[in-house]
Amino acid sequence: MQIFDRPLASSSWWPLVLKGVTTSLPMAVISFAIGLVLAVLVAVAKLSHSAIPKAIGTAFVSIIRGTPLLIQLYLPFYVLPALTGVTVPPLVSAVLALSLNVAGYAGETIRGSIISVPAGQWEAAHTIGLNRIQSMRRIILPQALRLSVAPLANTFIGLVKDTSLTSIVMVTEMLRTAQEIATPTYEFTTVYIVAAVIYWIICTPLSFGQQRLETYLGRKYDSNAR
Amino acid sequence: METDATGESDVLLQVNDLHKAFGDQEVLKNVSFQVLQGTVSVLIGPSGSGKTTLLRSIAGLEVPDAGTIAIDSVRVDYAQHPGEKQLRKLTAKIGFVFQQHNLFPHMTVLENITEGPIVAQHRSPEEADTEAIALLAQFGLQGREESRPHELSGGQQQRVGIARAVALHPRLLLFDEPTSALDPEVVSDVLTVMRDLADDGWTMVVVTHEMAFARQVADHVAFLDGGVIVEQGKPENVLEHPQEARTQEFLSRILNPLAAH
Repeated sequence: MQIFDRPLASSSWWPLVLKGVTTSLPMAVISFAIGLVLAVLVAVAKLSHSAIPKAIGTAFVSIIRGTPLLIQLYLPFYVLPALTGVTVPPLVSAVLALSLNVAGYAGETIRGSIISVPAGQWEAAHTIGLNRIQSMRRIILPQALRLSVAPLANTFIGLVKDTSLTSIVMVTEMLRTAQEIATPTYEFTTVYIVAAVIYWIICTPLSFGQQRLETYLGRKYDSNAR
Repeated sequence: METDATGESDVLLQVNDLHKAFGDQEVLKNVSFQVLQGTVSVLIGPSGSGKTTLLRSIAGLEVPDAGTIAIDSVRVDYAQHPGEKQLRKLTAKIGFVFQQHNLFPHMTVLENITEGPIVAQHRSPEEADTEAIALLAQFGLQGREESRPHELSGGQQQRVGIARAVALHPRLLLFDEPTSALDPEVVSDVLTVMRDLADDGWTMVVVTHEMAFARQVADHVAFLDGGVIVEQGKPENVLEHPQEARTQEFLSRILNPLAAH
């Protein structure tokens, strides 16, 4: 048995690229979008002056960050149907779990960014008559999200690769497709290397995109100039 | 502009027995202070004297422990722990200019000025834009509507800060050391804008170290030290013929920084 089977590598290349582009990447994009909306809610809840939202936000982040993603993926797929009788399609269950996971991590990122917006911005918002919610939505959050770009891009790039874990809940994304291709041949090494290269090829432009976005936002308004 | 020319001697702002402590440090010790409509009051005093805390308390940026603040017929009693809604009624009558301008960096100059009128006061965007453009022209900033704050010089930023406060149509304008963070050569641009506002009849309270402004523009000067108003009155009295030793010492330090004390 050789380490790298070139014919198998070339024959598995396109099916894997196709799976990456049609399943893994869209799954990451959708989970990230949902996760980001939830993350803002988590951040605002944790910063709330009322005890109940604060407690819920804190407990949520603690659970998401304190338990393995593999188990978070497993529970909605196997346990939710057993409790409610509703069978969730694998892809939906996976997107749900990934979104919640993103919400936990990105929520902390955004909370940190909100705190680092200078207090003078809150004060200025107050003196022009904005209430707390208006101040948060119109003055603080836009600045906090700009500060969050770099760490959130990290979260997104991590998420693209974390979609590979959804293979355990029967989502036929790229890694599972790689397993299916490799199983009859036993050449797992070759196919996994091909899959790894494709993940890398997908993630590299994302890093470039992150840099360009940071430069663009940096030009648009310089946060140091105040 | 609304100039509130009616009844020159009416009391617009009445502060009574204002008390504020940070931990065990008392920064305001039962301060009482009055501002007449259409007048300019200047608060002077060493750092830590409480002058900025007094100004920020009037604007609702600090919550005093006790005392009352009244503007027109709206009165807030801090001993009663007033709610957000009650404070809003008071602070809606105030425009505030910060030392560090605190412009919103993600908005254009025009948006900075119209944000309050449109979002908080529900005025029409067209009306708010028109007025903001007129204010910018009045303050020597015509054509800068679409600039971002960081593209402006410090003096221009501060004039936008003043325009943002004036656009709210407040009854009272408060200035917290508006020129202290500026390069010396642009200070006069900002002071000129403030003098013009005073000439237009705006009621203003200004914390500043600019003695020329106090002498030439102020109707009333109050000297604070250690959380109390030590001396107050007409600028020619307080600045030229101070009665209290602490006022005399402060003024001589300001006017003669290198003299031995």
